[in-house]
Amino acid sequence: MLKKIFAISIILALWQSVYIFFPIKGYILPSPVEIGISFSEVLMSKEIFFHIFASLQRVVVGFLMATFAGVGLALLFGHYKVVGEYFRPIVEILRPIPPIAWIPIAILIFGLGNASAYFIVFLGSFFPIFTNTYFGVISLPKIYRNIASSFNLGRFIYFRKILFKFSLPYIFVGLKIGIGMAWICVIAAELIGAQSGLGYFIQLNRLLLQTDKMLVGMILIGTIGYFLNYIISKIEKLTVKWENK
Amino acid sequence: MLELKNISFSYKDKKREYQIIKDLSFKISEGEFVSLIGPSGCGKTTLVNLIAGYLQVKEGEIFFANKKVSLPDKNRVVISQEDDLFYWMTVYENLKLVSNDENKINDLLELTGLSAYKRYYPRQLSGGMKKRLALARALAVESKFIIMDEPFASQDYRIKKKLYQDLLDIASQKNVAILLITHDLDEALGLSDRILVMGGNPANIKGEFIIPFSEIKDLNIEEMDEYIKLKKQLKELGYNV
Repeated sequence: MLKKIFAISIILALWQSVYIFFPIKGYILPSPVEIGISFSEVLMSKEIFFHIFASLQRVVVGFLMATFAGVGLALLFGHYKVVGEYFRPIVEILRPIPPIAWIPIAILIFGLGNASAYFIVFLGSFFPIFTNTYFGVISLPKIYRNIASSFNLGRFIYFRKILFKFSLPYIFVGLKIGIGMAWICVIAAELIGAQSGLGYFIQLNRLLLQTDKMLVGMILIGTIGYFLNYIISKIEKLTVKWENK
Repeated sequence: MLELKNISFSYKDKKREYQIIKDLSFKISEGEFVSLIGPSGCGKTTLVNLIAGYLQVKEGEIFFANKKVSLPDKNRVVISQEDDLFYWMTVYENLKLVSNDENKINDLLELTGLSAYKRYYPRQLSGGMKKRLALARALAVESKFIIMDEPFASQDYRIKKKLYQDLLDIASQKNVAILLITHDLDEALGLSDRILVMGGNPANIKGEFIIPFSEIKDLNIEEMDEYIKLKKQLKELGYNV
């Protein structure tokens, strides 16, 4: 922790020292001190919490939908090879399309608001979750399938205790990439088509030339993204216990 | 208990068909300990997969308890050379997965000397402990027939000796029939009631030996006349010992 604080302090000190020699205008690039003052003002106003909550809510809804769909479909396609042969090419064609490219269609179909954001977040996180889970499922060694059939384990138990549990480390890789993508996508969606959220907050302050507040919004995005990833890692440690032994 | 009647197995690739086993027959009775030896690549593991129901015979029939074998079943459990324990489950969970009887699980943990390790994950256990857990798992479903596919191949000598004794004790206590696939003639001679020699291409049973000293169940048998005689016979059969 000390090392991280030290590294950040060095960068901030260097950044601040630039202003001693080059007086850059605040609306172009504010100094760390200006951003710090702005940061405390933004937090005091409490309005920012409304935007944070709006973004987080969109991420949570879209990400959860992507998790259920991604894990569920990957288990299905990975286990039932015939189903996978039919439907995986569709997934593979859709996967390279950047989620941001879907924003105009999302707005056309769902209008401005939460539904569009849910959809974009869903698309952003679905593919990494699906792909990683799928590779987990298909890499289950044949010996475990044989053992499961020898012991007459039912299909439900096989899916829950063998296939799903074996794939969990792969699923968590997908979830960690997926949550990052979800957070990127929600900000992108809010920059274009929303009336709330951190993306909207940045866009609003851009129009008002309040660069310091824009940067506060960006710092909040980075910090919250870091904590979302941290939460997933903590859940992983609690769930995938056998990996830590 | 188990009867193989003139079974054959082959597989095809794009170019041709490969006959692995042809007209192979043998029987194993209840509580009997039979070892199957044969050179590498002769089809022993294919035979294991056929008996377990993982593969289907092309010709002939396999009967278990007078019923035709078609699918895997908990009455014909395989303990393989590979690590086939569910490594994401603890020792206790591995057993709980196949049996809901808490008393039985605790008895088996006691029998296999794993009571103190029930909260451990397989990767925290030694090689010998893993094999004992695999055996406990097979016994948890009250399997009366266990197929062991070179289960001791990767163990060192000291662990092997201990495992042999444990296996003999448990097999006789639970009256379990065992088919042991092995390369190790000493292992086969020391543990079995009968040895089957597999060989040829396509593979078949080339010889069968009743172990005259099987009731001794002693692994220090290298000095015995019967042992030396058997070894000689096996050499004559072309089995490299």
